Amino acid sequence: MKINKMIYPLAFTLAITLASTGCRHQPVGVTHIPGEVPTEIPNPGPGPTMNQNPQVGENAMPPGTIPTAGNWDVSQYNEDRAALAADTIHFAFDSAVIRDSEQPQLQAVAEAMAADQNAKLLIEGNCDERGTEEYNRSLGERRALAAREALSKLGVDPMRVRTISYGKDKPVDPGHDEQAWAKNRRDDFVLLHPKAAM
Amino acid sequence: MKHHSFLKIYLTVLLVAFATQCSRSQQEINIQTEINVIGMTRPIPVALVGFSGEAESVLKFDLYVQGFSFVSPDTAQYEISGSNSGNVIGYVTDNFAKKNLLSRSYVGSSMRREAHAFADDIVKTITGQNGIAQTKIAFKAQRPDGTGEIYVSDYDGYNAVSVTSDDAIVAAPAWVPDRLALYYTSYKLGNPDIFYHNLSTGERRVFAGFSGLNTKAAVSRDGRVAMILSRSGWPEVWTCQPDGSNFRRMTSDIEDSSPCWSPDGQWILFATKINGRRTLAKVPADGGPVQRVPTPGALNPTEPDWSPDGKWIAFTSQMGEFDICVMPADGGAPPAVLVRGQDPSWSPNSRTLIFDQNDNYRQELSVLDVFTKQYKDISRISGSDSEPAWQR
Repeated sequence: MKINKMIYPLAFTLAITLASTGCRHQPVGVTHIPGEVPTEIPNPGPGPTMNQNPQVGENAMPPGTIPTAGNWDVSQYNEDRAALAADTIHFAFDSAVIRDSEQPQLQAVAEAMAADQNAKLLIEGNCDERGTEEYNRSLGERRALAAREALSKLGVDPMRVRTISYGKDKPVDPGHDEQAWAKNRRDDFVLLHPKAAM
Repeated sequence: MKHHSFLKIYLTVLLVAFATQCSRSQQEINIQTEINVIGMTRPIPVALVGFSGEAESVLKFDLYVQGFSFVSPDTAQYEISGSNSGNVIGYVTDNFAKKNLLSRSYVGSSMRREAHAFADDIVKTITGQNGIAQTKIAFKAQRPDGTGEIYVSDYDGYNAVSVTSDDAIVAAPAWVPDRLALYYTSYKLGNPDIFYHNLSTGERRVFAGFSGLNTKAAVSRDGRVAMILSRSGWPEVWTCQPDGSNFRRMTSDIEDSSPCWSPDGQWILFATKINGRRTLAKVPADGGPVQRVPTPGALNPTEPDWSPDGKWIAFTSQMGEFDICVMPADGGAPPAVLVRGQDPSWSPNSRTLIFDQNDNYRQELSVLDVFTKQYKDISRISGSDSEPAWQR
């Protein structure tokens, strides 16, 4: 009897222990999870850590198309978006070929550049939303460069012309149909006047 | 007589159980060794018991996108149990072998981190592979006006941190292997320039800021950079050394975009157009002729990414819609079209892809197990999230 009384609580304790551990071992290993990406990543913002003129090895330019413009900086000019706003040219789907229908606009741009020898030109290439992002970024650049080359045939010194591709990031029409896409496949021409002259 | 038939039934049950166990372990072996079953592998059934709330949802997400499915404990070979009252404690039991395979407790800065660490241990225990639950991604988050910022987050989109405050168009983040550093494109200075950004120190600088287009950096294991530059008058593939020296034009093709490296650093794979047809192509990293990389049946391929183990090439095919495709890098089989989406990026273990998907004209990021085709959307920032890059 006495022995029974002592065994009973022992057995009870054992049963509770087994139940609570689900008949399993206690975890044998403890994993301390190591360092992670700092939650506060230093944000440089605009400032002295940026270097606008990277020191790079200048290899010989390969032959072919016209190298992009020299050292002049768009930020040294005032943008005149209105002057050539009517001369935007448009492209066929997935094409950087300048159609004959766009020649009058290019002629007008060439005349504006001839009339003001101090002016420079920025060509902004854009795409519709069909096509992947980086594919379109290249396509937009090809559209801008095609116009630059066409302008050089009309007498505009290509060194006065810079290009920028916005890919599909700057649609002029936010729609999602052919009407919108046709408007978005375009080169916009921005006349640049030297800041000092203004 | 009665005893006899009972014994018969009992034996039958035993035999069926034995057969089931055999076929299941056969299936396990298939999953681990037969890699030519992209998009068709059956998920590994597990039972998940004892967890609640965030820990449970983390474990479910982590396991689902790594090819596991959830079944009741009496039908699962593997039982994943434990608790998350306090720290995460976890066990993995093989119910067929009646063997405890893993038994650990986790001490970390948050329940999420502990659950992710347990998920990686589960994957390692059951498949022998390294998991992805504690990996990082970088991506672009775009506002409705087209400007955006580069973000870094856990692979499931949690703990997202903006690493830029450029208020400009940004694009194409790329990790430097084994470093907490990125290259990406930003229009901050009025031109698409490639920036190098050390996330540990905050140092950032223009890496490629030539006139024209500078975009889509990709970094080899030893730090060389491939990218698209239009400085010679047309967008083409260029490379340079890790210190930004020796810029070299690799192609003279007409429509180059999206270069990436082979994991051995010998090749640069990119999208281009040859003989009037859009195709993938590769060029030796030391220079040489461009070779077409055929993607039979998958038209208009762009955005290739070569898996870190060298075996696979993922890319986007455009046949009306965008599709994520994967094919063997040796061209031994045609591409498998997996799911709608674009811009795939491989996980470090070469089993999972992160990609972006169109959702009502906005992009959102999803994680895809290429073998089972199981995928889930990750947690979202705001606006449109795209161009994901998996840290590896």
